[in-house]
Amino acid sequence: MENNLIDLKGIEKVYIMGTEVLYALKGVDLKINKNEYIAIMGPSGSGKSTLMNIIGCLDTPTSGEYFLNGKNVSEMDDDELAEIRNLEIGFVFQTFNLLARSNALHNVELPLIYKGLPKAERIEKAEEALYNVGLEDRMTHKPNELSGGQRQRVAIARALVNDPSIILADEPTGNLDTKTGQEIMQLLEELNQKGNTIIIVTHEEEIAMHAHRVVKIRDGKIESDVKSEKGRAMSERKEILI
Amino acid sequence: MPVTELISIAFNTLRNNKIRAMLTLSGIVIGVFSIIAIMTLLNALQAGIEGGLNSLGSNTFQVQKFPAMQFGDAHSRNKFRNREDITYDQGKRLKEKATLYKYMSIEDYVYQKAFKTNKAKTNPNFYVGGVEPEYLECNNKTIQFGRFITQNDLIRNSKVAVIGMDVVEKLFPNVDPIGEDIIIDNSQYKVIGVFQKEGEGFGQSNDNFALLPITTMQQVYGKNNRSMNIAIQAPGKEEFNESVENVVTVLRSIRGDKPGEADSFEIFSNESLIGQVNNFTKYFKYGAGFISFIALLAAGIGIMNIMLVSVTERTKEIGIRKAIGAKSQSVLIQFLIEAVILCELGGIIGIVLGIVTGNLLGMYLNSPVVIPYDWVVIGLVVCSAVGIVFGVYPAYKAAKLNPIDALRYE
Repeated sequence: MENNLIDLKGIEKVYIMGTEVLYALKGVDLKINKNEYIAIMGPSGSGKSTLMNIIGCLDTPTSGEYFLNGKNVSEMDDDELAEIRNLEIGFVFQTFNLLARSNALHNVELPLIYKGLPKAERIEKAEEALYNVGLEDRMTHKPNELSGGQRQRVAIARALVNDPSIILADEPTGNLDTKTGQEIMQLLEELNQKGNTIIIVTHEEEIAMHAHRVVKIRDGKIESDVKSEKGRAMSERKEILI
Repeated sequence: MPVTELISIAFNTLRNNKIRAMLTLSGIVIGVFSIIAIMTLLNALQAGIEGGLNSLGSNTFQVQKFPAMQFGDAHSRNKFRNREDITYDQGKRLKEKATLYKYMSIEDYVYQKAFKTNKAKTNPNFYVGGVEPEYLECNNKTIQFGRFITQNDLIRNSKVAVIGMDVVEKLFPNVDPIGEDIIIDNSQYKVIGVFQKEGEGFGQSNDNFALLPITTMQQVYGKNNRSMNIAIQAPGKEEFNESVENVVTVLRSIRGDKPGEADSFEIFSNESLIGQVNNFTKYFKYGAGFISFIALLAAGIGIMNIMLVSVTERTKEIGIRKAIGAKSQSVLIQFLIEAVILCELGGIIGIVLGIVTGNLLGMYLNSPVVIPYDWVVIGLVVCSAVGIVFGVYPAYKAAKLNPIDALRYE
């Protein structure tokens, strides 16, 4: 319990569209610990995007409780959620979602601006984050001057810069070729080894294989929650070490 | 989030959309330009007029047959023309009988004269005045060389003249004019004094005249067909109104104005003249205000339109900002500041262009250069108001965007 970074209890999400009522999530219970590397899988329409939005504090559940780092975020208002997103969550999107007119450094600096840090400190942290993803010589480039892989690295640097509790990656390799995708997955792996908690939302088995735990969603419910081969290997190694 | 960051974001956005920003703010420029240009011009004209009027001296008022400024039609001009002239005799009686004044100067003018010496001649745009010693006090004039007309000159009908600097420059460029002779309408006068130069005011020289003792003037030019000006200085500011009342009462009885009839003469002072100028320029101000109001309204609607387009275009950006932690308020202020900056830039350009244009026109009319600070401030405040009023709805729309939908927007 003490390690529960994320604790979802009976999460339901209902959309009412005109006369139709759509149950996107029908009672999801999920606990995620610190330093886990977890993949959430499911076909489209399964509710995995809705779950990701709720975990990412972009949306609130219709019923159920969500504790993030011990805080009940399911009852927060929009501004409080904005603050949680700013401090606790680092988003990595399929389409990168960088500000097109701003250079890499400014994109990475952005969360720190909303946090209210003074400029000198922001620049220092943003430079460090870009250095950590291997883009120290691309800081003044705008997104359209960068390759897809580099853009995703900028996005990861932006996600990391505020030192969040979780990195939430939504199909992070969806817009990348296989080789670049592998590089990005490698980077996420390294971040996990450095102690970051990583949640990947994907529909690709190969990508999910990188994670240590795979949660499958179908029809708004958790279908399965198992350790991946990698995860098993990791824990076996730990046991051997012990 | 600090406002300085929001301002720099707004500037960046505008820089990225230069042409659109320029087109949008041009409406504001026109609106602000029109009012500032008119106000600058009017202030310049007014400063010129007031500068000219201040020569009347403080606490001084004038009595004349005609009003100082006439804005009326032919009918009202005839009304003044049919009045009986104010004669030197009437002036002298007023001086005797009026009780509440400090100085009174009766003045008799003839215009469009050419002055001559044996060697040189001026253009025929000089004027001659017959005056009394009190002229100096009542008109705030200073003698630079020589002396002014005295009571003795009046008694003796002396053929002496005190001249303005233009006369010196034209007729006595290289000699001391004091003691020299000057010829006006075939009569010869000895120059006894020279006035300090006053320079031009309002496109006209203030130094193109010669003054004689009024008795000499009446002898040479006759007593008829001219109406005197009477300049009166009240004993002090407090007694000004009483002094005017006293003069009006006494002069009415001298001129035989019946009770219930209007005065058969005009009284005016610096203040009343300035009031008349203001009264006249008021309508220009209303007109400019109205044009500006319409222009700013149109510009404001244009700004609202472009801001709405901008919010739609930047839906994704708003989604990104919100996803990484921007609060609704930050987004609201960001777009509001953008609208206000757009308006303020337009306002500043309009103010600069307006002041330059207004002053160029004013300089053409020989008015001094002025900056209408009050209107500059009003202009900037109005621009901010336009930005806020027309920017608030688009900004609100941006702030209320749902981050999930905004992120998904393509």
